[in-house]
Amino acid sequence: MTAFRHTLTGRLLADPLAVVAMLIIAGMVMVALLADVISPHDYSAMNLVDRFSPPSATYWLGTDNLGRDTFSRLAQGSRIALYVALTAVTISGAIGLVLGMIAGFGPRWLDNSLLFIFDTARAYPTIILALALAALLPRGLSTVVIVVVITSFSEYGRVVRTQTLSLKNAEFILAERAMGASFGRIVFHHILPNVLGPFFILAAMNLPVVITIEAGMSFLGIGVPPGTPSWGATLKDGFDYIRTTPWIILAGGLPLILVTLGFTFLGEALRDQLDPKLRKGR
Amino acid sequence: MSAPILSLRNLRVDFPAVHGWRALLTPRDKRHVRAIDDVSIDIMPGETLAIVGESGSGKTTLARAVNGLVPLVAGEVWFDGMALHDRPDWHSVRQRVAMMFQDPVGSLSPRKTVRDLVLEPFAIHGSKPARPEDKAVALLAAAGLGSDFLNRYPHQLSGGQARRVGVARALALTPALVLADEPTAGLDVSVQGEILNLLNRIKADHGLTTLIITHNLNILRHIADRIAVMYLGRIVEIGPVERLLSAPTHPYTRALMAANPEPDPTARRERLVLKGETPALTARPAGCEFHPRCPVARPDCATRVPVLAPSPNGGAVSCHYPLTEDIDQS
Repeated sequence: MTAFRHTLTGRLLADPLAVVAMLIIAGMVMVALLADVISPHDYSAMNLVDRFSPPSATYWLGTDNLGRDTFSRLAQGSRIALYVALTAVTISGAIGLVLGMIAGFGPRWLDNSLLFIFDTARAYPTIILALALAALLPRGLSTVVIVVVITSFSEYGRVVRTQTLSLKNAEFILAERAMGASFGRIVFHHILPNVLGPFFILAAMNLPVVITIEAGMSFLGIGVPPGTPSWGATLKDGFDYIRTTPWIILAGGLPLILVTLGFTFLGEALRDQLDPKLRKGR
Repeated sequence: MSAPILSLRNLRVDFPAVHGWRALLTPRDKRHVRAIDDVSIDIMPGETLAIVGESGSGKTTLARAVNGLVPLVAGEVWFDGMALHDRPDWHSVRQRVAMMFQDPVGSLSPRKTVRDLVLEPFAIHGSKPARPEDKAVALLAAAGLGSDFLNRYPHQLSGGQARRVGVARALALTPALVLADEPTAGLDVSVQGEILNLLNRIKADHGLTTLIITHNLNILRHIADRIAVMYLGRIVEIGPVERLLSAPTHPYTRALMAANPEPDPTARRERLVLKGETPALTARPAGCEFHPRCPVARPDCATRVPVLAPSPNGGAVSCHYPLTEDIDQS
């Protein structure tokens, strides 16, 4: 057994699925960072002469109904997707982590009230809540983030709570108390590291979900303002012309599929590596 | 005679039997079960006291109560002049009272390396050794492990190795008292022997006082100076190890010894077979709590409560009619 397999990164690099996932994600991050450099055209420049161009050397993925270059719009859109995904997952994850640990450690009544909040938040279908909030809040990315946070923090909360509950009475926690460890030490040195594994798996699995929600909201016209090159908006533009020029919607769906696969593979690889029960025998 | 280092006086521990609002509807005396009842023990410095008894007799609870992991309902615990029943500074008490738990692997924090684990007592008590690496190696060496274990995680250790890490960690701060809960549980016999030898060697080297909880009767002779036998949260017999093993006076002690498999097939001994099961803590029998299962019970055992009194074998026994003859071994 080689030494590099002892670290998490080392073990991930030994897993072909994880390598594919990381390549896709790295590719997406590169595109998002270098969107202005690699875009052959201005993403918002309309060229009415070249409307509905099929993919060509000039327009790699063709143009849409206003003659805008689809590739440039998708490259720009990856920034929006990444921004929404990272912001929403970080905020809802942080809220869920804190509430979940409070529920796990707190007295029975507090645990029950937090569970009630988790269940209530989960009971709303995302799209219905999105429609309702879109009517109340100004149109924009922050509304998308708010919708995602409200619908997904409870998932993190539940996972963290369950994990905390089962760890809090574990024998090693008792052993820590018997050695005189403070509450803070037990929480941050012994509970938190064991909670973070499942937490990160969930976060990685949730990133593509968030990107899809953003695309879905933009597709329905309640996400980003018109003209913003979100992947969902590109899908919607293509949807209207699906019979005549299918390449617009096909090109719009491609990055969505790739990124969803990338993050899902990463989540699964993380779960394989972080869950000691699955790792046994490898 | 010197003063005892640990002194338990009429210790009582209750566990709630009913939870939540239902407790309000339950009669006061049924809301709790008494896990430990009126236990008094003295342990002298350097002595090893073993507590034996069936599962559920309150052995583990007793050790946890001493360490403050389980709250006391009544009674006193004195440790080296400190009153542990009267809200002591547990942080400093636990620096001097180390505890080993039943599950060797499960009592080690799973995401810490062995190095972190053995050095953790220093981190907790803010006394970082001058050269942590050397200290960790020395502690592991004292417990019989090489320095190549420093970077391992608990799931990469066998039960015996994990137990040694537990021993190294318990000894890190050179405690005055070690509470060892089933130190041989889950280990195969050869490893049990190694761990017992290790504990004995450390005991001799450091003059350690130990309270050992066990249901493994075979290890008693190797490790204990005195034995206390618990039944339903009470001590029914206590005495020096040799006398208690060869001439137990309480019928329960005798039955426990008889139930232990004898490796020599030609050896014959008096069989004392118990009737029935251990009663539930919620339904303690009246009089002597052992009388429904006792093979030699007499009518008044059901009404009179026995108290611990000096026994013929030099210890103390809680029985109206203690047995006197030695165990036959021919």
